[in-house]
Amino acid sequence: MKVVLRNPRREIELTGVKRVGDLFRRLDLVSESYLPIRAGELCTIEDAVDDEDVIELRPVISGG
Amino acid sequence: MKCRVCRQRAVIQVKRHHANFCKDHFIEHIHRQVAKTIDEYKMFVAADRLLLGVSGGKDSLALWNILNELGYAVDGVYLHLGIGDYSSESLNLSTNFAEARGLKLQVSDLPAEFGFSVPEAAAASRRAPCSACGLSKRYILNQIADEESYDVLVMGHNLDDEAATLFSNVLRWNTEYLARQRPVLPATNEGLARKVKPLIRVAERETAAYAVLQGIEYEVDECPMAAGNTINRYKEWLNRLEEDSPGVKAGFLFGFLERGVEHFPNADRPTLDSCRFCGQPTTSDVCAFCRLQAVTLRA
Repeated sequence: MKVVLRNPRREIELTGVKRVGDLFRRLDLVSESYLPIRAGELCTIEDAVDDEDVIELRPVISGG
Repeated sequence: MKCRVCRQRAVIQVKRHHANFCKDHFIEHIHRQVAKTIDEYKMFVAADRLLLGVSGGKDSLALWNILNELGYAVDGVYLHLGIGDYSSESLNLSTNFAEARGLKLQVSDLPAEFGFSVPEAAAASRRAPCSACGLSKRYILNQIADEESYDVLVMGHNLDDEAATLFSNVLRWNTEYLARQRPVLPATNEGLARKVKPLIRVAERETAAYAVLQGIEYEVDECPMAAGNTINRYKEWLNRLEEDSPGVKAGFLFGFLERGVEHFPNADRPTLDSCRFCGQPTTSDVCAFCRLQAVTLRA
């Protein structure tokens, strides 16, 4: 699967991820700090994913 | 995962409320949270003239949308900070949002009206860019609210903004700032506008989700000047705590507002005078904004 990250924008490839929650664990990211988006739709951490998916992990922290 | 209300597929989990929501019921939940905050803290009524600080980011555009849908008439003001393409893109997003909904947005241009940009001010004054930015925003938004007789200046600070700021103020025991960390700051005779924060019950992740679900296009990329920002680092730490203990951010902030802030009375607040140059409220002879402008223009 392709994972799109920002700040800076980059893409990484992962295989064998079963659920969105696993994605956060694999990348050691805090789910509270991101919105997972697939094909323009929000996902929850329990949603199933497969190797063909493109998931954007959109950061939500901003300002200062 | 099912929506708590209708049992349809959920699109978001809000752990601190032990709830999952579908799109429609999440939007309803957010509207309810904001309406509750406005009522509980008596922030404003429908007849008030409201001015919202708009940045082109998720929080201010989401809040504008929410207030509009709740039936409040709110004008927006965008402050162009002179941060290259980032400012131009944020302005476009704000303008597009306002035009699509028939809302009034005025633009104040820091370089054109005051002769300097935030990057120039940060370099000349050796302040952190976010400090020069915050100072400029507070000054100009207050000035516009005052000069154009708005009753209330509405800000898009969310739960995470407030919890991280509280964390920062507690780490430093900054009692003057703790005394002022309230959902409503009343207007003062010296010219400070009434300032309110209706999003304090809504987490940052929820304002972003609201914007996505409502099809609001906002500036997703972080400001290029904000790299290494301390408050953003605190937010990340608090989110790690939140993941382990859902509700910890809300408990921290609302515990302070309910039981802590009373121990930091406004007596800590210094007396305000008028700035010798611009007339805006200040604790010294010349206000911090005029000093920043002078230092930057001299450089």
